[in-house]
Amino acid sequence: MSKKIVSMHLNGKAVEEAVEPRTLLIHFLREKMNLTGAHIGCETSHCGACTVDIDGQSVKACTHLTVQCEGSDVKTVEGLANAGVLHAVQEGFYKEHGLQCGFCTPGMLMRAYRFLQDNPNPTEQEVRVGMSGNLCRCTGYQNIVKAVMHAAAALQQQAVAA
Amino acid sequence: MIPPAFDYHAPHTVAEAIALLSSLGDDAKLLAGGHSLLPMMKLRFAQPGTLIDINRIPELRGISEQGGVIRIGAMTSENELIASPLLQAKLPLLVEAALLIADPQVRNRGTIGGDIAHGDPGNDHPAIAMALDATFVLQGPQGERQVKALDFFHGTYMTALAEDEILTAILIAPFAAGTGSAYLKLKRKTGDWATAGAAVVLRMAGGVVSHASIGLTNVAPTALRASDAEAALVGKPLSDASIDAAVHAVRAICDPAEDLRGDVEYKTAMAGEMTRRAIRAAAARCA
Repeated sequence: MSKKIVSMHLNGKAVEEAVEPRTLLIHFLREKMNLTGAHIGCETSHCGACTVDIDGQSVKACTHLTVQCEGSDVKTVEGLANAGVLHAVQEGFYKEHGLQCGFCTPGMLMRAYRFLQDNPNPTEQEVRVGMSGNLCRCTGYQNIVKAVMHAAAALQQQAVAA
Repeated sequence: MIPPAFDYHAPHTVAEAIALLSSLGDDAKLLAGGHSLLPMMKLRFAQPGTLIDINRIPELRGISEQGGVIRIGAMTSENELIASPLLQAKLPLLVEAALLIADPQVRNRGTIGGDIAHGDPGNDHPAIAMALDATFVLQGPQGERQVKALDFFHGTYMTALAEDEILTAILIAPFAAGTGSAYLKLKRKTGDWATAGAAVVLRMAGGVVSHASIGLTNVAPTALRASDAEAALVGKPLSDASIDAAVHAVRAICDPAEDLRGDVEYKTAMAGEMTRRAIRAAAARCA
């Protein structure tokens, strides 16, 4: 099948590539863009390890075609830190030990990033629901919830300071 | 897992999409949210030669009320249903159900129309649509026709939708004042399909049930409308005896497939239990 030209903004940079229609976004990111942060876990949209941000929404990149991103603004975990300074959600996972093996972490970070913009002042229960599309087999989730709450507090402080 | 190769079109109007469907025939499939179709393609359960992506058709999205009917565009996502003030006020059953579908990321992509048109008895909207007596708007080369939810589902993955037709909208009457509703879904974890699910819509008048509609998820080759169970409730005060009779009638029509979620007996029992709880919850919400 003939390739299609796809243009998108990826972590703030304009990107244009020819891809097969069947190329899943996760493969495009990892293999063509060399952005290996988003992980391939279950490949069936259950685990959330491939979560990225597309046009302001969390999406599982294993179940999204690259051609569907035409004109979109895509953000991956590589786009979170700003000039070497960790984003508040990254800092939260670091401070609260929100990871063990780290496989799920890029998806967790990208989901937390979007969740906290949709709900900047969540309860712990809302964090659990908001993060329910991401599986972790190590932590038992306790520290992940703490990490997201930590990030929420930090982001609120940043907002007040700004 | 990579899907087999296919050609891709992303039309901007329903007319263009129908023209593509008409010319490509059964080799083409519509791509809505893709969270059923793309996994099936990875597993080679589906191998369409062409995908027609209908995500870029604005007329397929949105929720509005016109002439006493709520119209939901088929490509409205689950999260858009959840966020809709109109649905929260006038069809809260849809909001409650959408919150039980998949997970937050999948709800950004998954659509009400895709959930219905896929014809999977494990999907939640078919039973909800039956309980709400919804009407589906289908558009094809010959124009538009309307099919009741009750007449739409012919079997697992089989619906009234012709190969050159698109489900464009779902039409539902808003709840009359005093209506109570509930959707109870037994599932093992977030993102799972129902072991069994029951949607109930109730109205009371003068101490007796004046209206009852009950839809069942994932306990037969299609979603079911439990008419005998409804008849067991209507015209009587709600009592343990009438609820038992409704539960008995629900169990009688269950024909679930055994799988990792349970055997036939268990799923049948759970369909009854979900119905019992949904009736009580709906009754408590009747103003």
